[in-house]
Parts: sequence; C-alpha cells; structure tokens
Amino acid sequence: MENTIKQIVEKYNSNRMRLMDILIDIQESEGYISRDAITTMAAMLDMSQADVEQTISFYHFFSTKPRGKYTVYLNNSPVAYMFGREAIKEAFEKSAGIPFGQVTDDGLIGLFDTACIGMNDQEPAAIINNVVFTRLTPYRVREIVKMMKEGKPMEELRKESFGDGKNNLPSLRSMVSSNIRRKGMILSDDYKYGTVIKEKLPTMSPENVIAEMKHSSIRGRGGAGFPTGLKWEFCRRAKGEKHYVICNADEGEPGTFKDRVILTEKPELVFEGMALAGYAIGGDEGVLYIRYEYRYMKNYLEEVLEKMRNEGLLGENISGIEGFNFDIRIQFGAGAYVCGEESALLESLEGKRGEPRDKPPFPVEKGYLGNPTIINNVETFATAVRIVQNGGEWFTQFGTDDSTGTKILSISGDCMFPGVYEVNWGFNVEDMLDMVGAYDVQAVQVGGPSGTLIGPDEFHRTLGYSDLSTGGSMMIFGKQRNLLKDVVVNFMEFFIDESCGSCSTCRNMTQVMNNKLKKILAGKGVAKDLKDLKEWSKVLNPSRCGLGQTAANPIVSSLKNFRHLYEELLQKDKDFDEGFDLESSVQASCNYVGRVPVFNHH
Amino acid sequence: MSDLIKFKIDGKDCMAEAGKYIVDAAADNGIYIPTLCNMKGVQPKGACRICSVRINGRLMTSCTTPVTDGMEIESDSAEIQDLRKSIIELLFVSGNHFCPACEKSGSCELQALAYRYQMMVPRFPYEFPLKRVDASSPRIIKDQNRCIFCKRCIKTIKDEKGRSYFVFRNRGHKLEVVLDETMGKTMDEATAKLAMENCPVGSILVKERGFEIPIGKRKFDKEPIGSDIKL
Repeated sequence: MENTIKQIVEKYNSNRMRLMDILIDIQESEGYISRDAITTMAAMLDMSQADVEQTISFYHFFSTKPRGKYTVYLNNSPVAYMFGREAIKEAFEKSAGIPFGQVTDDGLIGLFDTACIGMNDQEPAAIINNVVFTRLTPYRVREIVKMMKEGKPMEELRKESFGDGKNNLPSLRSMVSSNIRRKGMILSDDYKYGTVIKEKLPTMSPENVIAEMKHSSIRGRGGAGFPTGLKWEFCRRAKGEKHYVICNADEGEPGTFKDRVILTEKPELVFEGMALAGYAIGGDEGVLYIRYEYRYMKNYLEEVLEKMRNEGLLGENISGIEGFNFDIRIQFGAGAYVCGEESALLESLEGKRGEPRDKPPFPVEKGYLGNPTIINNVETFATAVRIVQNGGEWFTQFGTDDSTGTKILSISGDCMFPGVYEVNWGFNVEDMLDMVGAYDVQAVQVGGPSGTLIGPDEFHRTLGYSDLSTGGSMMIFGKQRNLLKDVVVNFMEFFIDESCGSCSTCRNMTQVMNNKLKKILAGKGVAKDLKDLKEWSKVLNPSRCGLGQTAANPIVSSLKNFRHLYEELLQKDKDFDEGFDLESSVQASCNYVGRVPVFNHH
Repeated sequence: MSDLIKFKIDGKDCMAEAGKYIVDAAADNGIYIPTLCNMKGVQPKGACRICSVRINGRLMTSCTTPVTDGMEIESDSAEIQDLRKSIIELLFVSGNHFCPACEKSGSCELQALAYRYQMMVPRFPYEFPLKRVDASSPRIIKDQNRCIFCKRCIKTIKDEKGRSYFVFRNRGHKLEVVLDETMGKTMDEATAKLAMENCPVGSILVKERGFEIPIGKRKFDKEPIGSDIKL
C-alpha cells in the first residue's frame, strides 16, 4: 500500500497545494485514508501528520476509517424527506442490517447521511461509490443491497435506465435527469459553441470584452450579485505573476441543481466562457472547482475539455490570436458547503481546510496562490458567452433595469413539474408557482436555507437583486408540511454541520439558536424566547463570510413570516421556563443506583 | 518614514501610518479596541470577531482591516459594545470555563475581557459540552474545555521545518485544536513554555509546574485588560 500512496503523491509532484487531489485519489483507491497513509504522505509533503489530518477532517467525504466496499450517502434535504426518505432509510437499514453512520462487520456496506446532493428534482437520491441513484423506492433499495451482498460490480447495480439528454452519453451513463422545463439564452440550442472564440474574439481587445460585460450590467449568478464586468476589470488591472480564472461549481446551497444541468447539457458554453474571461483578464489558467457530489461527471467533463483542445478552443494561440493561451483543469471538492464561498474555495484549491479568508484583500487582487483571480459561477460564465456574442446592449433587453438577463431556477418540492427553468429576471413568485404546477402552497424557500421563507401574502414579489435575490434555489412547501419541524430545524442543522468553525459567532450561535428552537418545539417555549431568537441572531452579523452572516436566516425569516407557527407552540401561562427537564436529566444516574425519583411537581 | 494618513474613530481625529491594521492604528491614538485572537506581529485571522467595528455601514474586523485615508470607524456604539459582550458570553457558554479552578485565572484574556465588559451572567444558556483533556504529551496538557479556537498556537508554535505542532480537527461545532501526537512527544521545554504563554486562556499548560506569579498579583489582577492603551 505504501507504494500506492507514494505513487499518488508523486503524481502530483509532492506538491502540498494539490493535497485535495492526493487525498481524493487515496480515498478512492483504498476506501479510506489510513494512519500509515497519513504518515507516508506527511513525510513526503514535509507536513506534520496532524496538519494532513486537519484537511482530512474538514471534508465530509474523507475518512480515516473504512466506509465500506459499497458506501451509501443518502441525501437528507427537506425535499428528500418529503419524497419518502424515511422509508428509503429504513429499507437500507433493514436490508443491510446496520443503522446509518455505520459499516457492516464484514466491511461490505457503509450507510451515511449527506447534505443536499443537487438532485432535489428527483428525490429520494443517494450516491453509492460515486454513482448517483435517483428516485429510489424501498423495492429498488432492497434490490441494490441484494446485489451488493452478491458482490456485484457497480455497472450491474445501476440498471440500464438512464436519465434524459446528455445523461445518456456513454461517458456519463447517468441515472440523473436534467429535467429542463424552460429554455432561455443559456439552455437554448441555437448557439454553436466556439463561435465567440472563433469569430468574435479576434475582432475584440480584452478591454472591449470587459466593456461589453460592463455594459450588459450582468451580476454574479451565484447569489451575491457582484457586477461581473467590474470584477473582471479589477482583476485585469491588478498586478501579479499570473492571473487565474476559477469557475465555482460547488453548488452546495440545498435545493440548487441548475449548475449540474448546465454542466451536463452545455459544458462547452461554460468552458468557452472561462476562456473568454481568461482573454479579458489576461490569464492563461482556468480551474473548474466542482463539488464531489458530481464526481460522476468527471470522465465526461474531461472528455469535453479534450474535445475543445482538439478543436483549438483551448490551448495556445487560440483562434490565431498571438499570446491567447488558455487551458482548464478540474478540481474536485470533498464535501463542504462553505467551499462555495469564493475565498474558502481558494483555500480548498490550495489543499487546505475550506476556511474563508479575511477580506480585504479580495481575490481579484490576491486570490489563488496569492495572484489576481476571478471566481464566477457556472451560469455567469455561460451567460458571458452570449453577452460577448450579441453585445451588452442586446443583453439588457432581458430582465429588469437592476437585474438584467435570464436566471436559471432550480425548482423542487411540492409541485407537478420540478426541474430547471430559465426565466427572465423580474418573474414573480405567483407566476412561478403557476408555471410549475404548484397548488395549495404554504411557503416557498427562495434562495435556499440562507435565503428567505415566504408565504402567500408575499407571492407578488419578484425575483431580482433588489427584491428576492436568489442563486436559483426554490423549494415549494405545500399546506401539509410542518415548516418548523421539517424545514427550519433541517436547515439550522445543515448550517451547524457546515460551519467551518473559524468564527466564534457562527460556530456557537447556530447551536445556541437551534437549541432554543428545539426548546420551543418541545412545548417549553415562552414569549421571551421569540424575542431572544430575534435579538441573538444579530450576533451572527460580524461573521467573516456569507454562511455565518446568514446562518440564522431559517429562524429569522420564518419568525418574521410565519410567527403564528411559533406562537401556537408557546406556553401562555408562563413568563419563564428554563427548558430544563429534571426527569430525563437524572434518568441515567437513577438507572445506575436503582432509585426511582420522586418529583415535586409545582 | 512612511506616509501618515488621517482617519476618524467615533468622530475623533486620528493619524497613523498607512497600511497599519485598524486595531494597532487605534492603539497608537490611545483608543482601545478589544482583541482576543490577535497577537502583535503575527498574521491576523479574524477568528473571535470581538474587534469588529463598523466602516461605511459594514462590520469589519479591525485586526485584519488596514486603515485607509479618510476612513470613518465606529467602535464605541451601544450596538458594537453589546455585540462584543455577546461574543464573550458566547465563548463562556460554549466551553467549560471555571475561572476559580483555572491556573490561568488573572492572566486569562477571556476572563479579563469578561471583567472589562462587566459580564455577570451570560444571556445564553450554558451548554456544558463534554470535552476531553489531552495529556499524552510529556510536556504539556491540552485542555479542550478551555480552548477558544483563537488559532494563536496554530500560527506561532512551529518546528524548525515550519511544521505546525497544533492544528484544527473537524469543523463547526465539533472543531478542536489538537496537538500532533508525534511532535507532542518530542516538544522541547522552551516550545512548551511559549505555547502556554501564547494561549490567551488556560487551554495549554506546561506539565509538572504551577504558575510562578501568585493569584492576586497577575497581570489582569492589577488593572483591566487594555489599560496600557486606555483605562
């Protein structure tokens, strides 16, 4: 085994900046990262063993213990629960004979929970040995586990029922469906990739490209909404040895899956967008940072890159433009929502824990390896191609004044047709619900857990940077759902799990608030608790990154828009309740000493 | 000599060398902004967030933000002071900090800040988390009950190759600062002492040795933290 580890480390030139790749390769080849592997690696990389371990322990998909020959990661987003996750979990546990969080004694099967895997439109879904299984049913689960016990290869486990569109390509052979329900400028088929690189760029200077981007008024599609043209201009002007183009395909916001669809159906558009960004900022290296949940796309995406190299769309002196060199490599994450934050992404890309950096300096000045770097969302790069093709002016006819262009929405939950919809900005929620066939709607979570939970009296609001800003996640909850128990607690626990822990505020306050929410749900809440929740949430404001700053949003926005749900649970006859349960607290000690406690109930 | 720039803190005119971090620039002008994770001369990493100030409406950490010409900084508002107090309280409830039984009492920066901010009872419920004490190194004890994740030991305690003795493990609420097992075994006395001194709380203690200064005569027993800058 030591030789395997050595070969893997050498494959990446014993470069500790490539620790993520090294760890991914070891995890995949050995099934886990053993003590011996850590010792070998640490010596070769000149790191302390604990230093290697701190990166390992940060990422959900790395493990220092074996996780089974077959490792099941079952999605635990609220929408998964709405489509029967409990029954699927039970079926796995019953047929494998172990509870979730464990590996069978013979080391064959491991069952684990995982945060939203970007399949909300085809839940319940699980990842087994990097293959995504969607629309699971208890019957199918029993079938899968039976085949595991027979030691069948993954090719047999995945039945020949593949998804739509390019999911059918031999290099993908994926059970995932793209579920494209509405096409706009990005998802439409009327653009032949490479046209901009071949026909437009030779006639434009880098400054011209930036000018068109600025004129288009496009803002970042990842959710934060920074003007893209400005970002590129800052980066172009910043001094550094090299300039980098990074595409953020971490797509970890629960309920979002549109980047998965864009990368499946239009990867060339994204890569072309990255290349033209490289041209604009004067960079020759691009990286697609993609979440490990999408590992099943690895071969496919590499094939696309190879095809584009062969077609002269990547490489040297592209399109005959002297000095326009650009190529792209793919970097996988390993399960950490916070790595979608651009500076955390950079840390991860450098082989470290995904802890956001202090800003300033911003990545446009000091980014990847300390050099000027732009980081844009998948959708932003795809859109950039259409902007440069048709001009910034053309682009402004779509959407609204402050939110130009189209937005691809990932819509899931209680509706007839979950999937991906490309609409013009300015669309209102009411129309959106009618578009997807959603009836008797209680609430919509706009923008994922870090966004807003709104009720019917706000369905007239519109999607855009000045009203309901969103990276595209839309989860619909029908009247039958228990919003606090099934949605808010799930989201709070998501933030607790996904906090990097660096800031005192986010590391602790998420837990303090969730405990209070649980106290209320247990019937021990009083009116003051609601006041506390609102006040205490402000302590998250000084957190370093967006995750921390918005980590209380599930509670804050549900408290604002669904206050009655909280009030119904409060004790009306009490002003104070410490929430302490004496009976359960002394239970363990009573069991030991064989006493039956007598409680003096007031 | 570098260029001097002008800026304002809570309306007061200040001057400093361009590029200085706000927290140091403020100190130069006799204004105390509390810090906990920060250490003079060490690359800052805004971890505790106690030094947060408001600039142009945005909360920024003054230990990581360089001062710029004409900057207007808000530090002494009721909102920000309460935020700082909340963070101190939050650190108390999320660990197990029993000052009377702690060797660091009187030299502990967390305790000193709690006094300075007049914390009586934290507004948040105590969590009393179960944490371990690692005494596997022959030199030091790493008491997880008292760790506040400031990263000072991680950033400053390194061997001759630049390798870290201390690192993070896990993330979020499960975060720990741990000592490398192998390096912990060979740690020398001077390194152990430095690790203890750099720890703002009593989470890193040198073994088989009490504190030399008796309680009552320790640094913050005599005057509140920050008194060197402003009472």
